[in-house]
Amino acid sequence: MGTQDILNFVFIGASFALYIGIAIWAKAGSTKEFYVAGGGVPPIANGMATAADWMSAASFISLAGIISFIGRDGAAYLMGWTGGYVMLAMLLAPYLRKFGKFTVPDFVGDRYYSNFARVIAVICTIIISFTYVAGQMRGVGIVFSRFLHVDINTGVVLGMAIVFFYAVLGGMKGITYTQVAQYCVLILAFTIPALFLSFQITGHILPQTGLGATLDSGQSILATVDQLSTDLGFKEYTSGNKSTLDMFFLTAALMCGTAGLPHVIVRFFTVPRVKDARSSAGWALMFIAILYTAVPGVAAFGKYNLIKTVNGADGNGTAYTEMPEWFKNWETAGLIGWNDYNGDGKVQYAAGKAFTGKGKPAFDGENRNADGSRVVTNLVSEPKAVGDAQYANEVYVDRDIMVLANPEIAQLPGWVIALVAAGAVAAALSTAAGLLLVISTAISHDLMKKTINPNISDKQELMYARLAAIVAICVAGYFGINPPGFVAIVVALAFGLAASSFFPVIIMGIFSKRMNKEGAVAGMIVGISTTMAYIIYFKFMGGTKDELFMGISPEGFGTVGMILNFITAFIVSSMTPPPPEEIQHIVEDIRIPRGAGEAHAH
Amino acid sequence: MSISKENAEAYWKENLKIIFSYLAVWFVVSYGCGILFIEQLNAIPFFGFQLGFWFAQQGSIFVFCGLIVAYAVSMNKLDEKYDVHE
Repeated sequence: MGTQDILNFVFIGASFALYIGIAIWAKAGSTKEFYVAGGGVPPIANGMATAADWMSAASFISLAGIISFIGRDGAAYLMGWTGGYVMLAMLLAPYLRKFGKFTVPDFVGDRYYSNFARVIAVICTIIISFTYVAGQMRGVGIVFSRFLHVDINTGVVLGMAIVFFYAVLGGMKGITYTQVAQYCVLILAFTIPALFLSFQITGHILPQTGLGATLDSGQSILATVDQLSTDLGFKEYTSGNKSTLDMFFLTAALMCGTAGLPHVIVRFFTVPRVKDARSSAGWALMFIAILYTAVPGVAAFGKYNLIKTVNGADGNGTAYTEMPEWFKNWETAGLIGWNDYNGDGKVQYAAGKAFTGKGKPAFDGENRNADGSRVVTNLVSEPKAVGDAQYANEVYVDRDIMVLANPEIAQLPGWVIALVAAGAVAAALSTAAGLLLVISTAISHDLMKKTINPNISDKQELMYARLAAIVAICVAGYFGINPPGFVAIVVALAFGLAASSFFPVIIMGIFSKRMNKEGAVAGMIVGISTTMAYIIYFKFMGGTKDELFMGISPEGFGTVGMILNFITAFIVSSMTPPPPEEIQHIVEDIRIPRGAGEAHAH
Repeated sequence: MSISKENAEAYWKENLKIIFSYLAVWFVVSYGCGILFIEQLNAIPFFGFQLGFWFAQQGSIFVFCGLIVAYAVSMNKLDEKYDVHE
């Protein structure tokens, strides 16, 4: 075991000890503590916890890489995953906090005076959260396997054990305070390498301003990346490929989905007052923005660095034997693959697939070529140069490299690499825990207590909540070890469903006194079924690009589902009787902040 | 609850006005500057960025943060004005 491995162990181990310590300190004694942390979380702490809950392994590891490879269109993710908080703060969080129950199905069931609506909401919650959490558990396993060199499955089990500890024991209270710690770990782990990288390439300390910097060549960094990209046959970095309409719908689906995700909404039930719900949404977005505004810089610098390192100063490739250590390390880890098609001993990077299938290398076990590179078996038969490129692509680069290899590229000390490892684990665990809690609450509170057996005591309900959390962890772990096909469509499904079901139903419940249960139920059913059908058709049943409705990608279809939900709800409710008097009073009441008191069960 | 029906309605109306004015800004910076008019704005240089690209990848997020803060402050004032604060 090398020194780096020991450092990784120490950092990840220390962070776990911290999380477990917090879990023991924050043990939940009542359902109220388990569901909403007793309703007494200070807004700043809730902001940090929301940020950690929100930023998953994908945000931490993959987002910069995605933007690095797709360029300007990545803005849909940047704006979509932050802009939703503006809607949360203004349209949902304060009123739901005033309503003062524990869960999203609680609101849907009570506001629409219907257990049927509640059950639909529970089903949506469970589908959304399980799709999401399966990807997270896989992420935990992958992070462990990369940094601690254990098997992915062992990593999943390790992650399950840790989440089990603080989610089952501490409930929302335990999760909230561990998430505060996890936020601190992950934000340091992301920003420290980003600052160094920015400084080394642009002379600006902040990646936010560094992205606008001018290099020694006299050209701006963005213009340089544009130039490098087109020279290699890629599309220009700062131009878009998606149609304006698709960008619009995709951004809207991600924003409305963000505002409608149960594990995000529930975080605003944990603060003491309505005004705290507003301010904690502000804190949450600021904490998120620290990472999200650094991401575009990291993405562009990563691309610049990668091209410069691989293709060398003269742009004709670097000899494999001269490659820096990080290139070989990540090749060993399987995130980089190379085959010397033109036999010049140099690595050349350009547009086009270097390997068959999806372009990922299939390695021939641990076999190595004479120069020390790994043997790849799925070679393309006739490698061709694409566009303006002078040579055919010889390299596969996994998008996660852009974040994972940063500290090594910037030649930072070993402890920074260990910190990135701990940060990636924190990002995955914090999101997984938040989702698991939502699932267990939906089962123990919304199904057991509110639908099946209202007579159970608080203690029994708490026991059911813990049992449900245990079952949920096991199911999530199973999906982590045997990832089902749907993990790949997690974004489309989770955000599409949240945007087409919860978001419209909650908005109408607050802003329309006239909306009744018939309208809400019909709207939800139409919204979810069209969205699911569209996503399943295009993601599983081989729907082709020409068949897309107005060119809208499956990821952006949640917006269409949402519009259909609104229209259906208004038509159906206008033809059916208005909601009873007391429901209209509830709506009037949630619009006035005073008297929120604490989150209560009845 | 101490607030009268008329006051509650007036409070709600002002609340809606605040929300819609902030959401208008939200829409303009993200969907307007970042998507619909990005090409036109890209003709304008902005600290080494093309303005449209900057809005799409960074500027809109900064504006979002500012909007929530401004909204929280406006609402606290409104709550005091109608005496509905906690």
